[in-house]
Formats: sequence, structure tokens, C-alpha cells
Amino acid sequence: MHPALSVLFFTTLSGAGYGLLGLLGAGVALGLWPLGLWQIGAPLLVGTALVSLGLLASTAHLGQPRRAWRAFSQWRSSWLSREGVAAALTYLPALTLGIHVLLQRPDAGWTLLPRLAGALLALGALVTVFCTARIYSSLRTIPAWHNAWVAPVYLLLAAYTGGLWLWLLAALGEREAALDSQRLGLPPWLLAAIVGTAMLAALIKLLYWRHIDGAAPRATVESATGLGRYGEVAAFERPHTEQNYLTREMGFVLARRHAAKLRASSLALGFAAPLACVVVALAFLPLSPALALLALLLGSLGIFVERWLFFAQARHVVNLYYGARQI
Amino acid sequence: MTSLPSPSTKKLGLVIDLDTCVGCHACAVACKEWNDGGQFGPLPDEDAYGAEPLGVWFNRVHSFEVQPRRDTNGDGPLQQLARSGFADNAPAMTVHFPRSCLHCETPDCVTVCPTGASYKRAEDGIVLVDEDKCIGCKLCSWACPYGAREYSEKRGVMQKCTLCVDRIYNESFAETERQPACVMACPTRARHFGDLGDADSAVSRLVAQRDGVALMPELGYAPVNRYLPPRPRRAGCGTAAAQAAEETLDPNQLSPLLRWVDKLLSR
Repeated sequence: MHPALSVLFFTTLSGAGYGLLGLLGAGVALGLWPLGLWQIGAPLLVGTALVSLGLLASTAHLGQPRRAWRAFSQWRSSWLSREGVAAALTYLPALTLGIHVLLQRPDAGWTLLPRLAGALLALGALVTVFCTARIYSSLRTIPAWHNAWVAPVYLLLAAYTGGLWLWLLAALGEREAALDSQRLGLPPWLLAAIVGTAMLAALIKLLYWRHIDGAAPRATVESATGLGRYGEVAAFERPHTEQNYLTREMGFVLARRHAAKLRASSLALGFAAPLACVVVALAFLPLSPALALLALLLGSLGIFVERWLFFAQARHVVNLYYGARQI
Repeated sequence: MTSLPSPSTKKLGLVIDLDTCVGCHACAVACKEWNDGGQFGPLPDEDAYGAEPLGVWFNRVHSFEVQPRRDTNGDGPLQQLARSGFADNAPAMTVHFPRSCLHCETPDCVTVCPTGASYKRAEDGIVLVDEDKCIGCKLCSWACPYGAREYSEKRGVMQKCTLCVDRIYNESFAETERQPACVMACPTRARHFGDLGDADSAVSRLVAQRDGVALMPELGYAPVNRYLPPRPRRAGCGTAAAQAAEETLDPNQLSPLLRWVDKLLSR
């Protein structure tokens, strides 16, 4: 599949945004979050901005972006529509939490309203990312997407990249802290949880790659033409000498040629490099903000490569009419 | 509504005869011409006369090569066919293969649509795009296994075969002409239009008679259109072809003058 930049930016940016909002929402709902303007406001603003940027990027993929509002209507059947509805609804608890943080008294503590908003924010983020993943994993025409590994990878990577943003914001907030141990930004258990999420995401991604490499073909040129009963079928002549929409959109070959190298670089950049940053930060605590920034940049780049591969490596069964033997 | 309607009894569709299709592309051209001016047009091309033309066609004619199978073990239809002598010495077949929307009974291209622009008609099963509602997200084209939907860069919307819904019910046409443009244009009558939901219709009988097949049934889209496979070659046709290739000459068949020339030159 053609990896359209608008869709790559949308899924990675809004994924990180929803990860950040989801972590924040869960922390608030459980009453674990410090009740400060920076501690709540920064992840809330950055998360909402990332999500909004991603949604804006996704409208660049549309041929008629001014009609985008129509996409809210078919939530009964369409995962894309459900995603739109979930994304729009998630703004409501975010807004509620934001207003509450601005208006609260410092000694108020976590009352029921913000905790409820936090829970709804976490739920909205989770549902939206799940819908995004289901847009792809519901397509029977693309075996590399139509499997059970896709949704967990989307959810874990959203939580992980959101966690990297959270670490950066927290480390920036604590850069003037008196104690070196506070300069890490996040409590060690939370940082450990983010590291754990990264390792789990990498493991599931590896299992996903193993699955798509070894999966039995979904369809063959024989079944696509109905000519299998006579013998071996091979494409002989194309209907057109130039490209058409189908060959441009669904006949992307570059990534499969370099799959091994690209997979290795997405693992190295996306997971190994940020984990190394965490380890170095634990040894040199005052460097935490810089290392958190480095971890975020490298991690985001790696996840971008991962997402690019997710599209570019996936083969659509329509290629059976254009020379593929089996898909 | 992009939820599918409950199955209609009427299932309009095409039956395409791969035995008689000669791959002339007349159906594709007639389709482009009609629909460019029809209710669902236009179908503009980019760079139409330039180096890299690109545009929407609802119908594309592929050609496939089929290398006959010689495996006769077992008792399946394939093996019976092979034992009939179908593949003896036969060279590969070329099969011309027109590809267009199959108006599936359970099409994902409809259910994935976020706007309600894609829909399946409850009354006759035709799958259409309302181009005034389409936002051009392209997801429906990803969901179609048959490549039936093409996106128009020029118009910013998805376009597809309409089964010439603006012809088949058009009362300003004579009844014989209320057929899709591709069916009307086919010079070898390889395309047939009718109700595949009615077991007694001409198209349904043709499918039963010729053992018509659905494409990629394993994907579960339940396509309505059927393809009639090429008729098996007669036993021994490969042998005859092989003999013909050796260019034997029987002098007794020749006129006396040519027989004399042949004799003279053969010395």
C-alpha cells in the first residue's frame, strides 16, 4: 500500500497524543497525579495539540476535506466513522479537565468531577486508537493488516510514544528541582512502566512481522481469475501501459525490497535508542530533560519508520490482477 | 446508509464469457464514453495525450496466460478434464479478462464508508457512490479486492461501475437498449446483463449451463457477477497443432502445374 504522508503523520502524531492524554487521564482518575498547573496543563495541552495536528493531517488525505463532517454519520458500520466520533467526543473530558485545572483551589484535592473526566479521557483515548487500528485490521483485502496483532501494536505504541512525551514534559517541569532524584521528572516506577510498554510493543511487533512473513496466502491469481481449474495462471498483458490509481495506491514495492534493513532501523531508533537514553538519564540525573528530548525524537523517528513499513509492506489482493501469484 | 440492506431478491449483474471475449477493449471504451457523459460522470483524465495519462475507467481488460495442467492423478474435475485429453500437447491459452465491479452481496466497500456516500441499493443490489457525499478518503477502494473502485484526482471523489443504472431503467431508450453500455458494445456477445437472483433468468441459466464461477469466493464478499470459463479444448487439438507446425506438404493436393514445380524443385 502507498504510504501517504498524511496518514503516517495522522496515525503517529495522534497516536502519541492519545497515549499522552490516556496516561494523564488514567493518572488523574486514580488520583495518582500531582495537582499542579504544569503537571496537568502541559500534557493536556500538548496531547490535545498532537491529536488535533494528527486529525488535521488526516484531512489532507481527503479529496473533499470540506465535507469531512459527513464522516461522523456512519458509526454503525464504519470504523473510520467510529474513530471520528470517538476523537470528537474525547475533546469533551479534555476540556472539562482543563477548565477544572484553571479554576481549582490548590488545596482542593482530586474531587469526583476531575477524576470522572480523567477516566473518560483515558477511555476516549483508548477507544479512538483502537478504532484507528480497526480501520486497517478490518480490511480482508490486505492480509498483512487483517490479523489480531495490529490493534495491540497500535495501542502499545500509542501508550509508549505518549509516555516519551510525558517524560519530556515532566523532566522539563522538574529541571530546577532541588533534589537530583526529582530531576528525572517521573517517579521511577512510571518510567519503568514506560520502558516495559516499549519492550512489550517491540516484542509484539516482532511477532507481527513473524506472522506476516509466514502467513499462508489469502488468495491466488487462480482464484482471482477463476481459471485455476485449467492450470497455472500468469498475468500476460496489462489493460493499460501507464500506471493507474490501483497500481499507484496499492502496488508499492520499494519497502519489501529493503524490509530487513528498515525493520532493524525501526527497532534500533524506535526502541533501543530511547531505552539507552533512560539508562543514561538514571546515571546522570541532571541531564534528564536533554535525554528525554533525545529519546522522544529518536523514538518518534523509529515509530514513523515502523508506520511507514506497516503501509509500504502490506500487499493488497488486487495485485493478483497485476502480476502477483499469491497474496 | 452504509449498513447493508437486507438481501434483495433481485440481483442485477453481469455474466462475462471468457470463452468468447477477444480482448478488444470495446466494452471498456464504451463504458468510458457513456459514463463520461452520463449521470455519474464526468470521468476526466489527467495528461490525457501526454507522457503519463491517468484517469478513471470502470472497466479494465486484462490478459492472462494459462498453462494447461497435465496432472491426471485423482478424480476431481480438473483431473477429469486433463484425462479427456484437454491438455495433450496443448500450448498455453491466452484468456482475456474484463474486470469491473461485481456488485457483491456483502461488499466491505460499502460498510467501511464513513459518510454514507457508498451504498447498495435495496431494490436491485447495485452498488453506487453518491459523489456529492463522498469525501475522497479512499478507504472503500482499499476494501475492494477486485480493484473496482478508482479515485479521481481531478474530482476528488471515488468513482465506480454503476451497472449503467442511468441506462437500464431509462424509458427514453427502446427496451432492447436498456442494458449497460459495455454489454451493448461487445462485438462477440461475451457480456450478458440480467437478474442473477432469479434462477430462471437467461443469465442464471447460462451460469448453470456453463458452470460459471465467482471470483475470489474465499474472501467472502459474495460477488453477484459470474465469469464463464473458457470451453475446454477438444481432445487432440494440440496434436493437430503440432502436426500443422511441421509443415507437411501433400503433393497430390496440388494443381498439376504446382505438382510439376514441386517435383522440379525437389530434385
